[in-house]
Amino acid sequence: MQKRTQNIFVRRTVFAAAATFLGTVFALPLVWFIFAPFNARAELGLAIPSPFTLSNFATVFENTFAMQALLNSLIQAAGGVVLVGAAATLAAYALSRSPIPGKGAVTYILLLFSSVVSGSAAMVPIFLIISAAGLIDTHLAVILVFAGGLLPTAMFILRDFIDAIPRSYEESAMVAGASPLQAFFDVALPVIRPGIVVVVVWAFVNIWGSFLIPFILLRSDKLMPASVAIYSFYSEAGTPIVTLLAAYSLIYSLPVIALYLFVNWKFGFRFFGGIKS
Amino acid sequence: MASVEFQNVSKSFGAFVAVPDISFQIADGEFICLLGPSGCGKTTSLRMIAGLETPTSGRVMIGGRDVTYLHPKDRGISMVFQDYALYPHMNIADNIAYPLKVRGEQETKRHARAKEVADVLKIGDLLKRLPSQISGGQQQRTSLARALVYPSEVYLFDEPLSNLDAKLRLEARGFLNHLQRDMGMTAVYVTHDQAEAMALATRIAVMDKGRIVQFAPPIEIYRRPATTFVANFVGNPPMNLVAVEASIGEGALHLSADGLQVAPIELNDAIAKAAKAGKMTLGVRPEHLRVAGPTDHNILSGELFANENMGPESLVTLERGDNGRVTARIFTDDEIKVGTSVHLAFDARHVTLFDDSGARIPAAGER
Repeated sequence: MQKRTQNIFVRRTVFAAAATFLGTVFALPLVWFIFAPFNARAELGLAIPSPFTLSNFATVFENTFAMQALLNSLIQAAGGVVLVGAAATLAAYALSRSPIPGKGAVTYILLLFSSVVSGSAAMVPIFLIISAAGLIDTHLAVILVFAGGLLPTAMFILRDFIDAIPRSYEESAMVAGASPLQAFFDVALPVIRPGIVVVVVWAFVNIWGSFLIPFILLRSDKLMPASVAIYSFYSEAGTPIVTLLAAYSLIYSLPVIALYLFVNWKFGFRFFGGIKS
Repeated sequence: MASVEFQNVSKSFGAFVAVPDISFQIADGEFICLLGPSGCGKTTSLRMIAGLETPTSGRVMIGGRDVTYLHPKDRGISMVFQDYALYPHMNIADNIAYPLKVRGEQETKRHARAKEVADVLKIGDLLKRLPSQISGGQQQRTSLARALVYPSEVYLFDEPLSNLDAKLRLEARGFLNHLQRDMGMTAVYVTHDQAEAMALATRIAVMDKGRIVQFAPPIEIYRRPATTFVANFVGNPPMNLVAVEASIGEGALHLSADGLQVAPIELNDAIAKAAKAGKMTLGVRPEHLRVAGPTDHNILSGELFANENMGPESLVTLERGDNGRVTARIFTDDEIKVGTSVHLAFDARHVTLFDDSGARIPAAGER
């Protein structure tokens, strides 16, 4: 009996030690990420800032290229999100509700190719297409390519979401006197909204963090997004200026965190519609 | 209020024929129940009246107007759905008032009207709640209120009570019955519950495999079921059907089967014709069976299979060897033991005969 309790004690201790070790390994970079921006002498090693300073941020804010880049990121992400959100909602609704033959196959094929479109394998044809369209070095080019790449997956997620919502919502609206358009905007859209929110957040994060596509499609410094601009905090020799890089990274990640918090507070993340609570 | 008419309507979904060819007329002010097992085409028919399905062929008329290809909103109908279809993001007041909103009614006016209807349905104090915050019975009444908030030509019900528990269902049924007598509304009501159809309808259309088998007032359906299908579907428990050998002798019909004694039955032309096939089905309702006494001539015998006490009556089920079971509603307190053999008697006037194909044979004295 006593041996058994001892055995459990040992096992729990080992488990707790292993978990602590793993947790620490994952937490260290995050702790660095929070401390380093406020340390005037930050290096790659972890150190508690002393004195605690905002001088890194001051320097970063003086870098107009980097600040403009944050705005560019916002323009490209917002543009892409609006396009993906609107187009995916309408397309997914049509694919879910109308009796188009072969609609399942269409969605799957699109999904399959989407991983190619925004992937690096298709970079050359994408560049040629954008070049032929005369869109090289424009926000629009980045927005369109991202929209094209993200749409199929967004449609797929949303179609599943809409499939789970009973048709009787719209049917009851139409029987009550609503036109199909009214039924969509008054009844279907609010019910689908949690799904749209998921897709919007996902698309935003994708575009916000992406490097390759804007790097290839854009030329001028005025249009580069933050993911590219982050390289301006490297010295000419190619070594990172850790203090500024840390401060800029923190600023760069704040919009994403803010978006998550806002969406969670306003809508809450969920994947299924209907009135069952 | 308006009449409804189906003219040779059919509906197929790909290769599946849901409704082969159906025609009927519903007069202004009638409460019609479409009754049948699941998959019999009753809901498809209702949805074609609503405009949620378009017929493959034929015409649908409401109030003498051809509405076959009209959008639901232009048909002057309202409908209650089986799952209620309440909008989860709107409160009860907005749910009820939605039909007025799409008609461009002012907010204060439509909320006043919603309150009026909600008060009648006793949900007036729930108007600020969301659908997820009220009970199933209250959700059902909300969907009913939404259908009643504006005047319609025809009211459509798609199994509106089937998601309620037994007690609430009885209450809601009584309320609908009262409403129908109060408003004189034209209504088409889909159900698979024969008791609901009997209680509510002015006429019942019994459907099987996309066809209307019998379209008649409830009491007619109950007393003179057109086929063995109707007989077996209506009544709780349904009519007992006993396969019998038929022969004619000495100017009367003689029926025989194991465990069955029947006095010779008076002949008419129809019976004489049907008897030629040699096979018939004898139908007798459970409430027309009683424990046999010494003077009875018409007797069904078997071993007692189950004896369910329902309070005022007992449901006594006999096992007739390999010939199926017979259920009787017995209104006495006599204790009958399982496994003993039991003799049940019935009167000749309560017998319904069906021919070889399952169609009812008119009794002597009928047209």
